[in-house]
Amino acid sequence: MTSLATLPPRPGTGGRIRRLLAVPDGVYRGALGAVAALFIIVLVAFVTALVIQARPALAHFGLSFLTSTKWDPVHVHYGALVFLVGTLETTVIALVIAFPIGLGCALALAFGIPERLRVTLGPAVELLAAVPSVVYGLWGLLVVAPWVRTIIEPALAHITGGHGPFSGSQLGVGLLLAGVILSIMILPTMVAISRDVLMAVPDVEIEGAFALGATRWQVMRRVVVPSARAGILGATTLATGRAMGETIAVTMVIGNTDHFTHSLFGTTQTMASLIANEFTEATEPFHLAALIGVGLLLLVVATIVNLAARLLVRSVGRQRALGIGVL
Amino acid sequence: MLLPVVALVCAVGLSACSSSTSSSPPTTAAKATPAASSDPYAQTDLHAPAGSLTGAGSTFDQPFFTKAFYVYNQQNSKVTVNYASIGSGGGIAQFQANTVNFGASDVPMSPLDISSAKGGQVLQVPVALGGEAISYNVPGVASGLKLTPKVLADIFLGTVKNWNDTAIKSLNPGVKLPANPIQTVYRSDGSGTTYIFTNYLSTVSPAWTSGPGTGKSVSWPVGVGQKGNEGVAGFISTTPYTIGYVELAYAIQNKFTYAKIQNAAGKYVSPTLTSVAADAAQKPDITSVDFSIVNEPGAASYPISGYSWALIYQLQKSATTGMTLVDVLDWLTHAGQSQAASLDYVPLPANIQQLARTTLLQVTGPDGTTKLLTTS
Repeated sequence: MTSLATLPPRPGTGGRIRRLLAVPDGVYRGALGAVAALFIIVLVAFVTALVIQARPALAHFGLSFLTSTKWDPVHVHYGALVFLVGTLETTVIALVIAFPIGLGCALALAFGIPERLRVTLGPAVELLAAVPSVVYGLWGLLVVAPWVRTIIEPALAHITGGHGPFSGSQLGVGLLLAGVILSIMILPTMVAISRDVLMAVPDVEIEGAFALGATRWQVMRRVVVPSARAGILGATTLATGRAMGETIAVTMVIGNTDHFTHSLFGTTQTMASLIANEFTEATEPFHLAALIGVGLLLLVVATIVNLAARLLVRSVGRQRALGIGVL
Repeated sequence: MLLPVVALVCAVGLSACSSSTSSSPPTTAAKATPAASSDPYAQTDLHAPAGSLTGAGSTFDQPFFTKAFYVYNQQNSKVTVNYASIGSGGGIAQFQANTVNFGASDVPMSPLDISSAKGGQVLQVPVALGGEAISYNVPGVASGLKLTPKVLADIFLGTVKNWNDTAIKSLNPGVKLPANPIQTVYRSDGSGTTYIFTNYLSTVSPAWTSGPGTGKSVSWPVGVGQKGNEGVAGFISTTPYTIGYVELAYAIQNKFTYAKIQNAAGKYVSPTLTSVAADAAQKPDITSVDFSIVNEPGAASYPISGYSWALIYQLQKSATTGMTLVDVLDWLTHAGQSQAASLDYVPLPANIQQLARTTLLQVTGPDGTTKLLTTS
């Protein structure tokens, strides 16, 4: 019997297609390799450009660029610590709000609600991801900020007695509002990916648990969520990345002050919002270099967070395979 | 993130560069490309400007430029001007690299900036004049609160903390001022507006000079930052007990309450097109090094004001393009100023218009001697 490959190509289109497809493997490999390499080249070129342009500032200020809290273009002193902390603070607040809500929403979409609701709610959540961030910023500044100032902040201050993180003047804009707006912005990422991962949990495992007499809640807690843990962590990582890099919406609601705040109601600034604020009018060479240095710092922090999350996902996956961890 | 910002600047830059060839009207007479080989003098009337120009820079100038260049194009259909409002920093950078015909900046280029400009000797022409209103939102207090320079500086330094501070009260007998804390608002984005305001505070307050100083971005001792005039204005209008500085046009168009500021002559003056022009007219001999016009003498002067500048090269590589450029800028600083007034910019005073013309008369063609500006 002759195999398909040894048959002479038939005349007509079919034969031509087959001949096209018969390109040697090396070409495919080369083409795919080139596409993959392109990403690496772009990334390397990007980082190189940032380093070169940030060098004057980084070389001049050295470690104090990381440890100083003073950012003063007039007196040519640039320290990025306040903005580094601001980025981490807003991201943590956003995650603290978005993680439980996102996971709950994903569980509901995957198992909790009837099919008919699911097909309308699912796309609605994904639609949130398509809203441009400047719209979130405007809405945050013009609509949510007055609510936060007149309702949420006074309520929080009243309940807690107005100490520590709930003290200070109530302005609406600030750390709290930035965190809230960011959490809404990262919810779609959290929900959409978590839902897909949860739905990919094998039916056998779920049915098995039901057969053993587990309640719905127990099935969720003991079977579904642990099984999807790595994927949920992955979703959280993506959401974290978005929260750290978000620029314009944060700029509009964080209050943009170049010092630390000890209160959730206080104002501060993130690395991304600082760049958005000062880049266009930065005419002094050092100022520009320092801003690009902040961009580099943001890239480094984002990379570290990503790598850490990757390691975490891997170790969770391994535990799962060994049958250890229970959430 | 930085990437989109850089990409945006690049994209704007590219479009600005390419538009000089692509969007010029379909006339064979004069394209703005330096490579135009045929002798333009042979084909065109020497005095009829034609071609397409590109400029980049200040966002403050953008509404004025957009309208003015549109009107100019209506009158001279062979000339189109494309202006990319990418910010003064970007404008200076593109002008230094010689990728635009003119730059625009809220603060003139420094000698250091000029030293790295590729196209040789730089001329800077004042093109727009702006004032700044001190706007506030205090329930029960109408427009016209009186403030002295010292009190204004102390408010932004954080030493005058409450609205009923005796320093404010003593200036405004009869006005019922609440005991609430003052919340100051500033521009968080680097801006010429901030430069003018901090320049004013530095001029009137030694404490400000030795503290935050003058700049487009400064380290503010107190207050909240908002992006853009609209951000500051929006925050003031939605948040009681706030005070901040906004461009005059913005304050007029949004009918904001604003303070009367005590000028150098001791009079309390409201910010209007007339009072800002009066201040500017006091100093006819501005240069790109000595350009501050805050706190000028004169009973009618409103003290917080400043110019925006166009940047051009003295020696134009193409006589045709150069001629179009100086013609556009001469029109912009004279007849075009009526467009400024319609948008609530302050029209340049007559002596400054004359200064602009004197500067433009120094522009020459590639031979370095032929004057390009023809005034009829």
